[in-house]
Amino acid sequence: MNPSNQHDEKKPFPWHLVFFLGPGLLIYVVFSVYPLLDTLVLSLYNEQQGQTSFIGLQNFITLVTDDTWSQAFWNALGNNFKFFAIHMLVQNPIGLLLAVLLSSPKLRLSGTYRTLIFMPTMLSVVIIGFVWQLLLSPIWGISENFLYSIGLGQYFDAWLGKESSALITLAFISVWQFVGIPMMLIYATLLNIPDDIVDASVVDGANSFQTFWHIKLPLILPTIAMVSILTFVANFNAFELIYAVKGALAGPDFSTDLMGTFFYRTFFGFQLQQGSASMGAAVATLMFLIILMGVMLFLFFIQRRIQRFQF
Amino acid sequence: MKLLSRLIPSSGMRQVPKSVTVHAVLLAYTVIALFPIIVVVINAFKERRAIFRDPLGLPDSDSFTLVGFQQVLLRSDFGLYSWNSLVVTILAVGLVLLLGAMAAWALTEYKFKGNLLITFLFAMGIMIPIRLGTVSILSLMVSLDLVNTLTALVLVYIAQGLPLAVYILSEFVRTIPKELTEAARCDSVSEYKIFFCVILPLLKPAMATVAVFTMIPIWNDLWFPLILAPGEETRTITLGVQQFVGQYVTDWNSVLSALTLAIVPVLILYTIFSRQLIRGLTSGAVK
Repeated sequence: MNPSNQHDEKKPFPWHLVFFLGPGLLIYVVFSVYPLLDTLVLSLYNEQQGQTSFIGLQNFITLVTDDTWSQAFWNALGNNFKFFAIHMLVQNPIGLLLAVLLSSPKLRLSGTYRTLIFMPTMLSVVIIGFVWQLLLSPIWGISENFLYSIGLGQYFDAWLGKESSALITLAFISVWQFVGIPMMLIYATLLNIPDDIVDASVVDGANSFQTFWHIKLPLILPTIAMVSILTFVANFNAFELIYAVKGALAGPDFSTDLMGTFFYRTFFGFQLQQGSASMGAAVATLMFLIILMGVMLFLFFIQRRIQRFQF
Repeated sequence: MKLLSRLIPSSGMRQVPKSVTVHAVLLAYTVIALFPIIVVVINAFKERRAIFRDPLGLPDSDSFTLVGFQQVLLRSDFGLYSWNSLVVTILAVGLVLLLGAMAAWALTEYKFKGNLLITFLFAMGIMIPIRLGTVSILSLMVSLDLVNTLTALVLVYIAQGLPLAVYILSEFVRTIPKELTEAARCDSVSEYKIFFCVILPLLKPAMATVAVFTMIPIWNDLWFPLILAPGEETRTITLGVQQFVGQYVTDWNSVLSALTLAIVPVLILYTIFSRQLIRGLTSGAVK
């Protein structure tokens, strides 16, 4: 090294960079990035008894059009959109309502409410699934007795067991568990709204509903958009709840099948159908594309449109 | 009551009813959120007949029993499952924090070729679930001979937790004044020492937030234990409960007790750390 040239001092190989970045990057690339890319590639191959051959998009064509596959695929995809729609229509409005109530100025016990309402979100989806399975069980009859006590007894049914209601019931269980997340995130945004803006609208004679609608709602739209994309990714990746309550077969008659359970069955096989790694990879690739499209839509469309409301 | 009625200061006559409504709605929802969990926990301590006769009653001297817990501990290795979960979670979270802080520091402090690409690569991982690579992760673990080991779970969970950790910690590193590191460099302190003695202690609050966010999905995960480590010896608590309940579904005492054993430790930890978690959620951690 030439000691007179101080600017060149950093030239030697940056070992500190390797030290700081190396281990984390290595684990992340080997166990997350590489498997994902490998899965995308594998979806273009056909794998039978250890023999792999390149077949282009044939797996996808099979999934979408072949009689034995397409029915299950479209069923799972459709169910997944229903599952997502129920979350958007029920979870986020309830979360918004609770957040608005929690952020009422000078509300006593707001910390306690917040902590308690968030509690189910902390528990494993598997546990929550079992808990609700017991509560809704006609054998135990807790829900039935409760409905009778408020005069709605005739509406009770074995909701989880019926094709027409099982998926909706599971979606509501999931909503019940995760309503804490939109509540917390929206609540945090509401707390960060400067008081002057709200005060100004009150001085201008706005009532509390007008203040909410014209001042606060536009400011929490970015948070609602973020909650929506988080919900989207989580829903199109959901597996545990269905697997715990209904098993990998997502009964009755696949009426609760989501992409996650469909992926699991395709990869590992079930009953008479053999599992297939390449077919599983194809399903995972489609899930990847769906999630990617959702994220892109969020980044390029929604994010841009609501940016003008941000400070 | 006085404080209650001052809830909404500027709306005169409607003060009291309004605050009462707010409390009524929040209280009602709190009951909805807690009721299912409470019902399961109280019935775990009751005799089978009492579970069905009076599901909402508290256990009394007649109906109190621990037979369900005895059955669970007898028929399955709950201690081992909890231990496995604990080992996996602590190792994975600890390494996510350390490696995440190091990577976040390198990516925000040093300018080098590929910095942007690597930052983008990590950012992708926040949104794209690692589960989608399961097919290849499994074959990778098979070829590394790591199937049915806790190591496999730890490695996957580190990869799963790093993206968010790097993102949050990078945001935090940016808020550390440059003068601090520049001054240390002028005193020719090594880069390693700057990180471990100056930066790492400053990152502690952010790391606590990251720890909570990373811990919950790992502890609760069913997918990877089911696929990578389903063996009896490596079963985690979530998988253990899932298998146990599936097997003894008709034995109500056992099922309720198994669920209670899974719920109660988490709730105790949650009550201890809820402040930390909520501060993390409501501060700048999620932007």
